[in-house]
Amino acid sequence: MKQLLILSGKGGTGKTTIASAFIKLADAKAYADCDVDAPNLHLITEWNNEPKQTDYYGLDKAEISKKLCIMCDECRQNCRFDAIFLNEKYTVDPYACEGCSVCEFVCPVEAITMLSTVAGDLKLYSDGEKVFSTGHLKMGSGTSGLLVTEVKKQIKVAAVDGELAIIDGSPGIGCPVIASLSGVDMVLIVAEPSISGISDMERIINTAARFETKIAVCINKYDTNSENTKTIEEFCQKYKLPFVGKIPFDSDAVKAINNGQTIVDIDCRSGIAVKEVYNKTINLLFEKGGG
Amino acid sequence: MGANEMRIAVLSGKGGTGKTLVSVNLAAISKEAIYIDCDVEEPNGHLFFKPEGVREEEIPIKIPKVDEELCNGCRKCLDFCKFNALAYINNKLIVFDEVCHSCGGCILVCPEKALIEKEKVIGKVQKGTSEQVDIYTGILNTGEASGVPIIKKLLEENQQADKQTIIDCPPGSACVVMESIKDADYCVLVAEPTLFGVHNLDMVYQLVKLFNKSFGVVLNKCLEEENPAEKFCLENNIKILGRIPFDNELGTLNSNAEIAVNKDKKYRELFSSLLKTVTKEAQCNETTTNS
Repeated sequence: MKQLLILSGKGGTGKTTIASAFIKLADAKAYADCDVDAPNLHLITEWNNEPKQTDYYGLDKAEISKKLCIMCDECRQNCRFDAIFLNEKYTVDPYACEGCSVCEFVCPVEAITMLSTVAGDLKLYSDGEKVFSTGHLKMGSGTSGLLVTEVKKQIKVAAVDGELAIIDGSPGIGCPVIASLSGVDMVLIVAEPSISGISDMERIINTAARFETKIAVCINKYDTNSENTKTIEEFCQKYKLPFVGKIPFDSDAVKAINNGQTIVDIDCRSGIAVKEVYNKTINLLFEKGGG
Repeated sequence: MGANEMRIAVLSGKGGTGKTLVSVNLAAISKEAIYIDCDVEEPNGHLFFKPEGVREEEIPIKIPKVDEELCNGCRKCLDFCKFNALAYINNKLIVFDEVCHSCGGCILVCPEKALIEKEKVIGKVQKGTSEQVDIYTGILNTGEASGVPIIKKLLEENQQADKQTIIDCPPGSACVVMESIKDADYCVLVAEPTLFGVHNLDMVYQLVKLFNKSFGVVLNKCLEEENPAEKFCLENNIKILGRIPFDNELGTLNSNAEIAVNKDKKYRELFSSLLKTVTKEAQCNETTTNS
C-alpha cells in the first residue's frame, strides 16, 4: 500500500479540504488524520458506526509525596523543564513535566513516583472494507509525535486491501510533522499564494526533503494572488519539483465543508480543479521507477 | 499593571484563521509595542514588518556526548532514557540528537562519567525594529522537532518589558501553544466562520479556560451568511471583541505581506477600535482578578 501524505507548512491552506476530496475520488480504503492537535477530517467523512476507541498514554508524570518529601530541593534543581515549584511544599506542574524521571532518580528519599497518564485518545473507524484512523491529543499534552506514530500504526495493523492510504498532516515543521513523514511514499504540499505561504512552503519542503520521499506541489486559492502563484510555479521549476495543478478560490467550497461535504460532492469550480490535481498526484505516486 | 505592560497572546487552534493578520496590525497600530512571533516553526510576522537593525542570537540546547574511552557499555543510560534517544550498536553508544529532550538524565546515571553535555544549535532569535515596534522572531531550524526552548527564550527576555506586547502564537493547542500563552495577561482567539474553524475554536477555548486566562474572540473573514463561529460564542457566552469582514482588498494586502493599517484608513479604524476593546477587556479582567 502506498502512503500519500498531505502537508502545507502554513496552516489553513486547505490540507483537509483536499485530503477529503482525494479520499472521495480514490474511494480510499485507508486514511488517517495526523493533525492530532486540531483534527478535523472526521467532520467531513461519513461514518455511521462508532469507532474503536483506545486511550493514548503519553509519558509518565512525576508526583511528589508531601509526606515523604524532606524539602532538599534536589528535584527542583535538576528539573530541566521548570516543572517543579516550591509553594510551601514541592509540587509538579503536570503541563510542564515531560516525564524524564530525573527527579525520581535524584530524590534521596524516594518521595517521587512516576504515574502513567492518559494524554489523548486513538480512534479507529472500520467497516471491514475501509478504515479511518484518527487521534486527539488532550489539551496541554506534549508528545504529539508519539501519538502521530500510533495513528499511522493503526492503519497498518488494520491491513485492509487497497493500494492507497491518504494521510492528512498537521501544519508546521516540528515533531508531529516529522513523525508523520516517516515511511510515506509521497508528500503533496498544498501551497497558498501569499508571501507567508511561500516562506512556509520552502521550510516544509526543506523538512520533507530530508526524508528523501517524492514531493509534489499544488496551489490552493491560486487566483487570490497571481503574482505569488507565478513565484511558486517558478520555484517548483527551479528545484525540479513536480507541480500538480492549482485550485481556484471558491466560496462554494466553504459551503460544502460547512454542510459536512467534500468539494467533490457538489458541483463547484474547486471540485473540478481538484480532480486534475488528484489525477496528476496519483500518476506520480504510482509511476514506476520514479522518485 | 497599566495598559502599557499588558501581554496579549493571539491564538486560534486552526491554522490560517488570521493570527498573524490580527497580531501584526494590533502591534502596528499601538504607539509603542513589542511583537513576538512564537510560531517558530513557520514565523511570518517579520515578513510584514521587515525589521531593521536585526541582531541574531543562536539558541542552543544541551545534548549528551560520549567519551568512548570511558564508556564500558553498561547501558544504564539507555535504560533510563524515556525518549529512546540513545542506542548501543556495535559496541558504541549512539545519541539521536533530534529525539533527545535534554533532560540530563543519562549524564546523572552514568557510573563511569563517560557522558558530558555539548551544545547544539536548534534555531535562533532575531530582534529588530520596525518604526516604533520591537520585533522578536523565533526561528526553528528545519529538521528539529521542538521549538519550545526558543519560545522560552523569546518570552523570558520579555519578562521585564514595559511596553504592550503582542504574542503571535503557533496553531494547535499543544505544548508550543501552552508555552506561548503561559505568561499572557489576556488571550485573543481568532476564529473563522467554517465548520473546521469552530471545532478548533472550541479546542483553544478549552485551553484558555484550563489555564484560567481571560479571553475574547475576534471573528475573521465574516460574510453576510450565518456565522457558525459567532453562534458558538453566543452559545457559550464568550465576549466578541470585534469582527473583520471577508474582504478581497484586505486579503490581497495580507497575501503580499503588507501591513493593512499602514495602507488604508478604514483598516486603521478597524484595528484601533479592536485594540481599544482588547486593552479595555484585558484591564477590566485584570482589576477583577486583583480585587
